[in-house]
Amino acid sequence: MSKPLYGLVLGGILGIFDGLTAWFTPEVRSALLGIVVGSTVKGLVAGVAIGWFSKKVDSLPLGIVFGLGVGLLLAYLVAAMPSETGKHYYFEIMLPGAIVGAIVGYATQKYRTTRTARA
Amino acid sequence: MRWLSSATVEHLRRVAEWPDLADTKYRLLEELGRGGMGAVYLADDTVLGRKVALKVVATGVSDPAAAERMLREARIIARLEHPGIVPVHDAGALPDGRVFYAMKRVDGSRLDALAPAMPLAERLRVFQRVCEAVAFAHAHGVIHRDLKPENVMVGAFGEVLVMDWGIARLLESAADDPSARPPGARGTAAGSVMGTLSYMAPEQAAGGVAGAAADVYALGGILYFLLAARPPFEDEAAEARARAGGADAPPRPIREAAAGVPAALEAVVARAMSIAPEARYASAEELSAEVSRYLDGERVLAHRETAVERAGRFFAKYRTAILLVAAYLVVRAAMLWLFPR
Repeated sequence: MSKPLYGLVLGGILGIFDGLTAWFTPEVRSALLGIVVGSTVKGLVAGVAIGWFSKKVDSLPLGIVFGLGVGLLLAYLVAAMPSETGKHYYFEIMLPGAIVGAIVGYATQKYRTTRTARA
Repeated sequence: MRWLSSATVEHLRRVAEWPDLADTKYRLLEELGRGGMGAVYLADDTVLGRKVALKVVATGVSDPAAAERMLREARIIARLEHPGIVPVHDAGALPDGRVFYAMKRVDGSRLDALAPAMPLAERLRVFQRVCEAVAFAHAHGVIHRDLKPENVMVGAFGEVLVMDWGIARLLESAADDPSARPPGARGTAAGSVMGTLSYMAPEQAAGGVAGAAADVYALGGILYFLLAARPPFEDEAAEARARAGGADAPPRPIREAAAGVPAALEAVVARAMSIAPEARYASAEELSAEVSRYLDGERVLAHRETAVERAGRFFAKYRTAILLVAAYLVVRAAMLWLFPR
C-alpha cells in the first residue's frame, strides 16, 4: 500500500470516528449523518495530502507539523461553512481536526511501504 | 663530553629502526604505533599520491616465521573485502629484507577513546557495524581472536573498521600451531595464549581452540565496555583469569559497574559472555539482531521482561502516537465539558 493510499484509508477511518463524536452533542445529533459524511470527506482529503507529503519528505516532526496544518486548514474550511443555525463551531471542529491530521502525519511517516522497506 | 639525554637516545633508536623505503614507491612520514610483531608507519604512496599505513616486521624479529606470519595476516585481511575491515593495498619485502604490507590509512579515533562521549544509540549502532564485519569474517572462515574496543577505529565520517587481524586464524586450520604464534604478544598470559585477557573467551584463555564463539564472547565484552565504559575484566580480574587458566567466572555484573544500564542490554551481554560457548549467541549476526531488537523497541530474546518493563517498552516505542491519541481524547473531553449544550 502506498503512503497516499494509507493516508486516505486512515484519514477516512479517523474522519468517521471524529464525526461520530458529534453524537455527544445533543444539539447537532439530528445532523449526525451529514457531519459524519463531511468529516469523512475531510479525513480522506487530508489523508491523501498528508500521505503524499510523507512520500516526498521523510521526517517525523515535519510530517506531524504538516498533518497538523492540513487538519487545521480543512477543519477551518468545514467550520466556516454556513450552517442552518448560523453558529460556527470553530474550536470544536478545528482543534480535534488538527490533532487528527497530526495523527495521520505520524502514522504515514512511520508507515513503511513494501518498496521502502526493501530499500 | 656531553651525554645524550635518554629521550634523544630513545628517538635515535626508534629512527634507526625505521624501515628503509629506498627504491620503493613509499616515502616514510612518521611512526603510528608499535606492537610485539612490528610497527605501523604512515607513508606516502608516491605513485598513487595517497597516504597509507605500512605495517613492517620489527627489526629485532629475526625469526623467518615472523615474516611468514606478517604475510599471512596480510593475506587474511586481503580476503576480507568488507567496508568494516581495513583493506590491504600491497604486500612484499623492503630493500632491507623486512616484510611489510600497506593498508588504508584510517583517519579517526579508537572506539575506546570515542565511546564514552557517544549517546547510547550511537554506541549500539557502532557495535552493530563491528558485529557485521566480524560476521563477514566468520562467513569467510576467519576468526579474529583479539576483538576489543582498542581494535575498532571509528573514522571521521562515521565509518567503523575492525583492525589488527594479527592473530586471526583461518577456520580450516584444525588447531592453532604454537610455533605460528608471534613472540611477545600484547596482553597475553605467559606468552602462551594469544589475545587480550580482559575480553578473551574462557576456552581461548585456557589455551583451547578459539572458534566463532570466542569472537562472540569478545563482542559481548565490547558491548560491556560500551555500556559500562570499562572492560569486563580489569587488571586484577584479568590476571586472576590468567592464573585460573580458563576455569572462569563471569565478569562483574554490568549494573554494578555502571548504574542505569537497561536490563535488556545487561541480559544481552550476559548471554554473549556465557562461559559455555554453546550458551552464547550462535553468531555475530544473531548478537547484532538482538541489539537491533533493542534499538527498535522490540523484546530482546535474552531477557524475560516484567509487565512493567513491557508497558514501558511499549510506551517508549509508541510514545508520540500515544500522546497524540491522548491529546485528541483530552481535547474531545474538554470540548464536551467546556461547551455543554
